[in-house]
Amino acid sequence: MPDDRPTERGTTVPYTADKPPLPETPDQLRARIPGWGADLDPADRPAVPREVRGLETGAHWELPEQQPEHQPRERSVEHARLTPVFGTSVPLKGLSGVVRRYAYRRFSEARAAHWLLLVAADRVDAVESHLASLATRRPDDPVTQSGVLAEAGNHPVRSRAGRTDVRHQVLDPVLVVGPWVLAGLVVYRLGRALVRRVRT
Amino acid sequence: MRAMTYRGPYKIRVEDKPMPRVEHPNDAIVRVTTAAICGSDLHLYHGMMPDTRVGSTFGHEFVGVVHEVGPSVQHLAVGDRVMVPFNIYCGTCFFCARGLYSNCHNVNPNATAVGGIYGYSHTTGGYDGGQAEFVRVPFADVGPAKVPDWMDEEDAVLCTDALATGYFGAQLADIAEGDVVVVLGAGPVGLFAARSAWLMGAGRVIVVDQIEERLELARTFAYAETINYTQHKDVVVELKRTTGWLGADRVIDAVGAEADGNLVQHVTSAKLKLQGGSPVALNWAIDGVRKGGTVSVMGAYGPIFSAVKFGDAMNKGLTLRANQAPVKRQWPRLFEHMRSGYLKPNDIVTHRIPLEHIAEGYHMFSAKLDGCVKPLVVPGGD
Repeated sequence: MPDDRPTERGTTVPYTADKPPLPETPDQLRARIPGWGADLDPADRPAVPREVRGLETGAHWELPEQQPEHQPRERSVEHARLTPVFGTSVPLKGLSGVVRRYAYRRFSEARAAHWLLLVAADRVDAVESHLASLATRRPDDPVTQSGVLAEAGNHPVRSRAGRTDVRHQVLDPVLVVGPWVLAGLVVYRLGRALVRRVRT
Repeated sequence: MRAMTYRGPYKIRVEDKPMPRVEHPNDAIVRVTTAAICGSDLHLYHGMMPDTRVGSTFGHEFVGVVHEVGPSVQHLAVGDRVMVPFNIYCGTCFFCARGLYSNCHNVNPNATAVGGIYGYSHTTGGYDGGQAEFVRVPFADVGPAKVPDWMDEEDAVLCTDALATGYFGAQLADIAEGDVVVVLGAGPVGLFAARSAWLMGAGRVIVVDQIEERLELARTFAYAETINYTQHKDVVVELKRTTGWLGADRVIDAVGAEADGNLVQHVTSAKLKLQGGSPVALNWAIDGVRKGGTVSVMGAYGPIFSAVKFGDAMNKGLTLRANQAPVKRQWPRLFEHMRSGYLKPNDIVTHRIPLEHIAEGYHMFSAKLDGCVKPLVVPGGD
């Protein structure tokens, strides 16, 4: 590993006014790199300036028509009204729905509680959905759903060589399997306590 | 129809879901022909984005063919081949009227701080995404565009987010001729940002990552110098050293919420979900840029707080610029660059995955197996 300590005592930048010289001139860069400098003029950059009036968008309304609200749609308390258009994927349901509805009704987006409740509801949703799947003809399958079968034939060792994130990846199986193990332990201990109580 | 379906963190499967319906007069239903998995989809996959509901379908990069249109749609017809920006936007609200399409106020009831995005949790509006056979496309007269005859299908799908976002990120960096530009992250957005920095006249472009295949692409596709941060004790010191101890003029964060390189930051955010994202790359950007420089944030972060070194940003007099890209604003100029041969987006595509195998595709992309840089998803593919 190279020694990164600043040892170049003779350097004068940035202790004097000029920038360090560049390794290549504009002409050299233009010859080497396709399109170098094509957007040098900010006027050629489509996001400059950031705010522009009068762009043609294709819209033919001032305010869009309202999408019908077939069931109460949760919304941020920072909105004055339901937006004209909204997504209808996965309406609120179950205990996670109760938590989510509370987070939206009670806390603005500025409050950490709003987001932390939504994250907690996501975990509740996962547990609820896993349990519900056990009562279907297609229960959750942690092996195929995790995609771990892709490890075979895709160079699992070579792909990870030298990467700093590998030491954190060992946590992934713990995060995936861990809740199941914990839930199993809880069920086992509750069952055992119940059996003991019945026997006594 | 068949659709990718989220089942909880690190778990997805393909299910039969009901066909999407026209729910607003300006909706279209699009039959997806090619979709992509974005690095930001991994934040959903890992359970980091609040209000990601079991049963939802991801995917905000897709192209397809118009299957059905609502009664007020004027600019598209059944059978048109369309590319769909990842932004859902109305075109006329306060923000759209000023070109801020990614900040539309009329499409996301769940939050005011973010606009509408396909398949990106209820925090961005609760829309299903395009990793499916069919998808609902709101405001069909505003967002989608017909794919030009000369454009390749894979190039088109990369224009819907990755290329437009990288190009936009370079613009936010306010690059002037001769600037030293550092791009953190050699994923698709980072590679496109690095390539775009040259278009704006950069004098040096340096890409930082830890994966050799990606750094090789940074050298060959993006013509950039590279730094593998795992080979240095402190990458910020290396950035200072290689810029004559000045720091880079502009730094682009193309990493976002799951940045590695700091155990505590990574574990508290990516694993324990206690931060909106791991701001390792953002902090490297703040510390690696020169005083008075610009940091452009293209990496996606969640809405929860993150441990950002804001004091350094203030004391150094930095300009921090960020936004989701207003994709369609970028297209006319990007299309010129593609036709001029300056950009060939699908050079970075590494894997093409049938929809039915998308769980394996997510794992491969997440674990970065087999040199996976940009995976595409093909509904009905074998």
